[in-house]
Amino acid sequence: MSALPLVALVGNPNAGKSALFNALTGARQKLGNYPGVTVERKAGRLSLSDGRPIELVDLPGTYSLDPGSPDEQVTRDVVMGKQVGEKRPDALVIVVDAANLDNHLRFALELIALGLPTIVALNMVDLATRDGLELDAATLSRELGVPVIATVAVRKRGLDHLREALGDMLGEGRAVRAAAPDRDFDALRAEARRIARAGIVRETPSRRLTAAVDRVALHPVFGLMLLLALLFVMFQAVYAWSEAPIAMIEGVAEAAASTVRDTLPDGIIRSFLVDGVINGVGSVVVFLPQILILFFFILMLEATGYMVRAAFLMDGIMARVGLSGRAFIPLLSSFACAIPGIMATRTIADPRDRLTTILIAPLMTCSARLPVYAVIIGAFIPARDVLPGVGLQGFVLFCLYVAGIVGAMLVALILRMTVTKGASGGFLMEMPKYQWPSAQDILLGLWQRAMTFLKRAGTIIFASTVILWLLLTFPKVPDGSPVSQVDYSVAGRIANGLTVVLEPIGFNRDISLALIPAMAAREVAVSALATVYSIDAGDDEALLEKSLGDRLKDQWPLPTALAFLAWFIFAPQCISTIAVTRRETNGWKWPMFMVGYLFALAYVAAGLTFWTATAAGL
Amino acid sequence: MRLTDLPLRQPAYVDLIDWSVLSPSEGQRLREFGLCEGASVEALHRGGMFGRGPIACKVGRMTIAMRRSHAAAVTVRTGPDSLDQDRAA
Repeated sequence: MSALPLVALVGNPNAGKSALFNALTGARQKLGNYPGVTVERKAGRLSLSDGRPIELVDLPGTYSLDPGSPDEQVTRDVVMGKQVGEKRPDALVIVVDAANLDNHLRFALELIALGLPTIVALNMVDLATRDGLELDAATLSRELGVPVIATVAVRKRGLDHLREALGDMLGEGRAVRAAAPDRDFDALRAEARRIARAGIVRETPSRRLTAAVDRVALHPVFGLMLLLALLFVMFQAVYAWSEAPIAMIEGVAEAAASTVRDTLPDGIIRSFLVDGVINGVGSVVVFLPQILILFFFILMLEATGYMVRAAFLMDGIMARVGLSGRAFIPLLSSFACAIPGIMATRTIADPRDRLTTILIAPLMTCSARLPVYAVIIGAFIPARDVLPGVGLQGFVLFCLYVAGIVGAMLVALILRMTVTKGASGGFLMEMPKYQWPSAQDILLGLWQRAMTFLKRAGTIIFASTVILWLLLTFPKVPDGSPVSQVDYSVAGRIANGLTVVLEPIGFNRDISLALIPAMAAREVAVSALATVYSIDAGDDEALLEKSLGDRLKDQWPLPTALAFLAWFIFAPQCISTIAVTRRETNGWKWPMFMVGYLFALAYVAAGLTFWTATAAGL
Repeated sequence: MRLTDLPLRQPAYVDLIDWSVLSPSEGQRLREFGLCEGASVEALHRGGMFGRGPIACKVGRMTIAMRRSHAAAVTVRTGPDSLDQDRAA
């Protein structure tokens, strides 16, 4: 741990805390975990106005020091100096929403009472002004007894002031009280209200943008149509916007492969580099643009405040399957990756609601499945428009996502009637104001996601591809043997054994080969197929030059391709998902249950698809 | 009148909350949201197509969403003779 002074950012959810953290630390952030819990620790470095460096940590948002969920517990423990792996902060920056002082000041008073050196950041003053509220920071400062600084984190306003005040504060070294004076909730609330009233200079009712937008966005009919339209645009964009960058990455990979082929003599090393590294890992990295487009939409939905509206709209439907609208947010995050999705269920208070949400989260089509869908759709679904501006490929992708959602709802319904039976929890959420996010917040989020993905590609995906390459390359087929290298190899023999189980649902040897390493990370199914075909092609120039999609089209009948897609809607999740489920449910019971039911569903869905497609003569 | 019956966009004040209907954690969260006897409240939106969805209401300066079953625990009062919201203060 660093010896730098530690300053903690703390405040209510929706006070703009994370935006302030991003604005202050920029790209100098480190993401980690608190030991023993799955709560994310976000820390970053910041230079004060006199150049002194300090460490800033962004604590999970909470409404009081009375925790209602595991991440709120962390916030409490850190500010009380009880959190393992974190020293007690040297100072606090309390972030409050300028337009919601009555409420946020109550928590601020609770925190100020701890006696740590404290600054209050009066954040989002621009939105307060938009709502006709004029505040006096000096009065508030006098009443609260700590410096109050007006900020607009997303527009980077007031940051210099904040840095200056922090510098002054850390220089003073005020005495810290041992324990917080015990004040009851109602007394704090009354005090907060009094101070808020004193700080308001003028309050004129004005047109409220948020309420106006919500009349449409929360409308039972139009709101739902808007949500569906947004999701539809999102999935169309995943295809439409990614063509050019994908072509660029493919160009680089091809150039690299041909350079290696030209410079190295034929042999094991060349095969390793071309078949294993470049074709294997390259075939996954190529999906980076699509994954980033998906994350872009999810980050925008969250940052603008729309995500909670989506939860509101979905609550009625979710209630029917025994869940709450709150579960919609982790489930929508699961479209990017089930791991943050499952971790986000920690905000669900009801344990049965939470368990059900964890169990169905892997049914949301995560971005790791996107490469698999993309390569199969690209190869087998013609690129034509079904309607003007609506591509058939994007439409099929949309249907795959919908199939996952419908599957998840049915599973939730069954789970709530059986294993997670009991009264359903409620739905209580704060609805933040709409806000246009800063480009920096979105770019920073995308950057972190891109790095995570590339790290995965460089480690798990690389390792599984290399192991698969080894198993496919050895033992070497003797010269003149009629058996192909792939069939002769260790991997080929395992796959041929598995085929007995998978053949009835239309899967061939290559799919069996791809499914095992796909347990490490789903994208590996694609790199595995690429490696198989790369080795299979041997020195055949014509075959080597064909793209993976073209090779698949030559070798797989359409029903097999469709069955493969159906398999991946339910596909038993990757090892990381199983691990995070074990951690979040404290045992092996539920992850094993999850793997079992998903395997069974995947098998049945692939089988039904294959038999139906075959019977239809496709 | 219950909060569920309050016409949309009609300002009102919380008269009484039946805390016994709410679980302790739900009660605490509602209090943290600023919902208490005397608070100003206004129903803004109703969700769900068949009247089964949650309702969004303004409590003080905050907008919160809750299920109808919770809103039914809140009795509100409208009109000029309503309790002054500062009574709580």
